[in-house]
Parts: sequence; structure tokens; C-alpha cells
Amino acid sequence: MTETSPQKPIPVTVLTGYLGAGKTTLLNRILSENHGRKYAVIVNEFGEIGIDNDLIVESDEEIYEMNNGCVCCTVRGDLIRVVEGLMRRPGRFDAIIVETTGLADPVPVAQTFFMDDDVRAKTELDAVVALVDAKHLPLRLKDSREAEDQIAFADVVLLNKTDLVTPEELERIEATVRVINPSARIYRTQRSDIDLAKVLDQGAFNLERALENDPHFLDQDDHEHDHTCGPDCGHDHHHHHDHDHHDHDHDHDHHHHHDHAPSPIHDVTVQSISLRGGEMNPDRFFPWIQKITQTDGPNILRLKGIIAFAGDAERYVVQGVHMIIEGDHQRPWKDGEKRESRLVFIGRDLDREKLERTFKACEAQPN
Amino acid sequence: MPTVAPLDLEGHVVGVAFLKGVPFFAEATGAIHRLDLGRKTTEVHEGLLSLVVDDANDTLLTGGEDGKVMRTAADGTTSLVAEAPRKWIAQVAAGPQGAVAYAYGKTTHVRLAAGTTKEFTEERTVEGLAFAPKGLRVAAARYNGVSLHWVGTSGQPIDLEWKGAHTGVTFSPDGRFLVTTMQENALHGWKLDAKPGAEARHMRMTGYPAKVKSVSWSAKGKWLASSGAPAAIVWPFQGKDGPMGKAPLELGTRADIMVTSVCCHPAEDIVAIGYQDGMILGARFADSKEVLLRRPGKGAITAMAWNKDGRQLVFGSAEGDCGVVDIAG
Repeated sequence: MTETSPQKPIPVTVLTGYLGAGKTTLLNRILSENHGRKYAVIVNEFGEIGIDNDLIVESDEEIYEMNNGCVCCTVRGDLIRVVEGLMRRPGRFDAIIVETTGLADPVPVAQTFFMDDDVRAKTELDAVVALVDAKHLPLRLKDSREAEDQIAFADVVLLNKTDLVTPEELERIEATVRVINPSARIYRTQRSDIDLAKVLDQGAFNLERALENDPHFLDQDDHEHDHTCGPDCGHDHHHHHDHDHHDHDHDHDHHHHHDHAPSPIHDVTVQSISLRGGEMNPDRFFPWIQKITQTDGPNILRLKGIIAFAGDAERYVVQGVHMIIEGDHQRPWKDGEKRESRLVFIGRDLDREKLERTFKACEAQPN
Repeated sequence: MPTVAPLDLEGHVVGVAFLKGVPFFAEATGAIHRLDLGRKTTEVHEGLLSLVVDDANDTLLTGGEDGKVMRTAADGTTSLVAEAPRKWIAQVAAGPQGAVAYAYGKTTHVRLAAGTTKEFTEERTVEGLAFAPKGLRVAAARYNGVSLHWVGTSGQPIDLEWKGAHTGVTFSPDGRFLVTTMQENALHGWKLDAKPGAEARHMRMTGYPAKVKSVSWSAKGKWLASSGAPAAIVWPFQGKDGPMGKAPLELGTRADIMVTSVCCHPAEDIVAIGYQDGMILGARFADSKEVLLRRPGKGAITAMAWNKDGRQLVFGSAEGDCGVVDIAG
């Protein structure tokens, strides 16, 4: 519907992960914990959700290719229909959760919330959460591209079933996840047991919040900051720290796999490229990012960045999915904050040298 | 001057109708209200998704989030037509001889008056259903086209192919044309009376700034009115090739307020045009002359229907502010 809607957009969380990774367990936690919020849940099949909730909707995955000649412009037709139906009675729930099938491509799900005007008018994508079965990830990565895509596309990764692997295996698995997706928050869990505040209401696609939540966004190759908290430091394991008397300060641990070392598991085809530059000339940057997303869009899964424009008092943030890109001013640069531009691409077959060179060429020339 | 008798309901109105002259309003909650010597309400569904009028017997057919297909008569009595627990029944259609079609997932279910049922399964989800005006034939809109099934025979369906997602389907009243609404901002049409074996005749109706959610055939099917623009877009279907090569009428043009619902008059070449802001205009095809039927209200117009003599128009909105317009006042 195109009518004006006075209420705030409803946040949507997307749960991805292979069969057996723990999605249903997490869903049951979300539906049964006493958090005072009501969720509408869109599932592929009712399966083992044991909770009596009349807002669980079964929906057949229905991929639409848009008729614009772009192979990566896909949306989920079933979500368009179900969201439209749900939003006719918005008072019933506070948020929507979409559970995808094990083999689902997360991209059409996410793009639905950007490309369909009706859906976009009433909802906003909050975050994509990927569940990973620590025990079986190596096998999954060998089997299929989807497992890798799900991790690469996620904002939050739950490394689940950690009790089924040795600490050494777990380190390797986490390092692999980190190589696939350097900017996701990774949490180690057993039986999908996680503080729901770390999964829900993340604002990961909200330009104002996405990067602000994450003060060290894109710091994965920031070696001089060894004792700050990178985006991978959210997990609750304390085995490197024994400061129990004030462990609220240390519930983030400092596994800085902040280099581009090859994955210890050699089946990763997704790459991430972090670009860093000085202040940018907007007359060069915008045509450049348009061109990159047009030509390389099919190979770009996600992109995120903070851009410092010369003479601009505000930070500019951008994010993208394939060929969709959006950007906006976020907030004024703070005193003493280093005015530099950073951009991370996660994708396949990206030309690092070309991206680095052409990004640099967008820098403003000092007068 | 037209006058409006308002009816304020709680929420989104999915459909409206006149049954034996009584105005009906179906809310998304599942409550169906009628104005029959005062407001009367029947709780028909736990969540109502779809509604059509079954002209053959002056009843409403509705599908719900509760997996039920229900029939509601003019006196408010209801009966269960079919049930598929936990499925959303987003498509219902009423056919000749008391036939009813409904769909969920990839399958269309047709129930004949005698109680026999038939099923037609597509490769993709059924997104729109319509019966042909003559003969027991049902059209199922789906991704990349429409499948036409003869209900009474077990022959192969006719597949009308056009790339893209087709989200709704309608036959022209004379059965010569089939038109779909699409996920993209367009309608697509097929000419059905081409000679057997002749090349399929396509009609692409594009140029809309938004998705087309509402279409309505004029009296005798001479025109097809549509929403999806800040005017009602009305395509000419008088000629043997429909609107091919012709420009549509644009009626009731407003600067930046989108048309959300259209409903052609049952006898005259006039269309009621409902807008996003709740305004309703009547517009005449011959000279584009407009008349205000209702001032802007709280919500977008979601549904409209004329009574049989075309003197009253019932309307519903996304925010529940509904009513009946009396044209003569």
C-alpha cells in the first residue's frame, strides 16, 4: 500500500543458517523469553517451533528477478505479500523476524526491504543474523556457496554449538568466519543461548546507527589499535582475561585476527577489501561509487563506509547490497576525530588493486 | 450534490460491497460490518486477507489468515466453504454456476456447486485468480505468466507467458482480453480471441510511477481503469487489438497524490477514483469532467463498489474511515 503511515517502520530481523545450525532454537528463545515485545515470524515451514503464536506465518520462498536486466536485482515475492498482509494490522506486533531455509540466499531477502516500495514504506531491515554450526562449518563451506554467502552477508554471526568442538578448532572456525566477513559481530554460543539484545534491534542497515554502534568500524587491519575493541570482540568468553573483579569491562576479548592471512580452511571464495583514504572530493567520489556498484555490483555482497568529504563538517555514511547503494550525512565530525575515509567491500572476484587505486583518485587535492 | 454517510471503523478495510442493496465493509481483522437499519457486525475470520463478491448469489467470498474460505450472505449469515489450517488464503474467486476458487502456495483449489473439487498446481506460487466470464475456466497468475485451466476437463492448461511476477489477474467482461497486474509498475495484457496457432498478442501497459493495485473494467468492458499514478489511467479496449498503439486517458490528475483505488460505474462511462489521502473523485471518460464525491480523510482509499443502479458508492480506507456516497444527494 502506498498510504501514508504515521507509525514508525517495523524492524525486520533476518535469520539465516544451515539446517541444524540452531535457528529454530534461537527463534524459540526469542518467542518465549519475557522481553515484553511481540514478534511476527515468517518461516518457510512451521517445523519444530513449539511456541503457540498465531503470528507465525508459513511462506514459500518465491524469488523474483526484476525486469531490469540486472541478474542480482532479486527480491522475495512471498515476503512482499506476507509483509503487506501483516502490516494491515500493525498493532499486533513490534517487530518481524524472517527465518530463511538452510540453503537460502540472504540477498533477495535483504533486497526486498530496499527494492519494494510498499515494503520499504512500512518496515526497515534491522540486521541479518547468521547461525553457524561450529562443528559442521568446514564441511558446509566445502559443500556450498550458500554457507559462505550467509556469513559474508551477516551483520551478526552466532558461532553456535561451540561445545562440540575443541578450543583449537573453535579458534580456526572463528578465524575463518572473520576472513569471510571482517565487519560482522561474532558471538560464541551453545544451544543458541545469547543475550537477545545482541541479536535484535541492531539497526545494522540504519545509516544513522549502523556505523555509530561500532566505534571501531572497519578496524580489522588497524594494528596500532591493539587494545581497542574491534567489531569482532563481542563474544562472552573470558579465557584470556582473569579480571573477574571488573569483568564487565572485559567481556569483549581481544582476538585480533586483524590481518588478511589466508583462512585456515581453504574453501573461502569471498574476499573483503578495506579501503582507506583521506578527505574525498564528492564530485569524484559519487560518480566513482556509482560506477563501481553498477559494474561490479553482482560481485559485491555488502559494502559499508564512512566518508570524509573535504570542507564538509559532517561524516557521510554509505552502505550497499549488490547494486543498491544508499548514503547520508550521519553526524558532525568530533573534535580530534581523524577525518579519514574508509570503505569495506565484501564480495567475490573484486579487483583489489583497481579499487584501491580508483578510491585514492577520489581524494580531494590539497590546495 | 453528493452526500456522504460516514462509518468509522478501527482499521484497514480490505473490501467493500453491496449485497441486495446493503453496504458491506470487511476489515483486515476479520470483522464484516453491514449497514442494514444500523450497523451490524459479524466476526468472520481471524484475519481477513481477500474478498470478492459472488454475483451469482449475492454473497461475499472471503479468505483469511485462519485458513478458511467463508461465504457471507446479505443477512450476515456465514458458512464455511473450505478450510486449510494455518494457510493464508490470499486468493479467492467466484465463478459461474456457484463455483469457488481459492489458492495458497502453488495450488488452485476449485470447488463446484455439487461439492466436487479440482486442483491445479503451478510451478510457482499462485498470486492471482479469476474466472472467465463464460465457461468454467480459471486463470492463475504466477511468476512469468498466467495459466488458464478448464475446470471441467482434464486437458492441458494454456500457458500465457510473460517474464516477470504477475500479482493479479482479470478477464475483460466479454472474455476477449486477460490483464495482469505486475510486481513492476505495469499491467500486461493478452488477447484471447486470436486464432488457434496464431502468435500470442501481448499488450504492455507501462509508464506507472507505482505498482498497480487496483483495476476496474468499465460498463461492457470498453475501458480498463487503473491505479498506480497520480491520476486514474484508463486504457481503451474497444478496438479488436485493445489498447495497442493507443494512449490511455488520464482522469482526476492531482499533483502528487497517488490514486490507490478505482471503480467504474455499472452503466455510465464514469469512474470513481480513490486517492492516498482519502479523497474520492468521479470522472467522466467523454470530457474528463470531475466531481468531488468525498473530501480527503484519514487513510488511503483501499476499496470501492457501486450499487446496482449506480446511485450509491461504498468505500473503505486503510485507516477505517469508511462510508457510503449518495450521488444524487
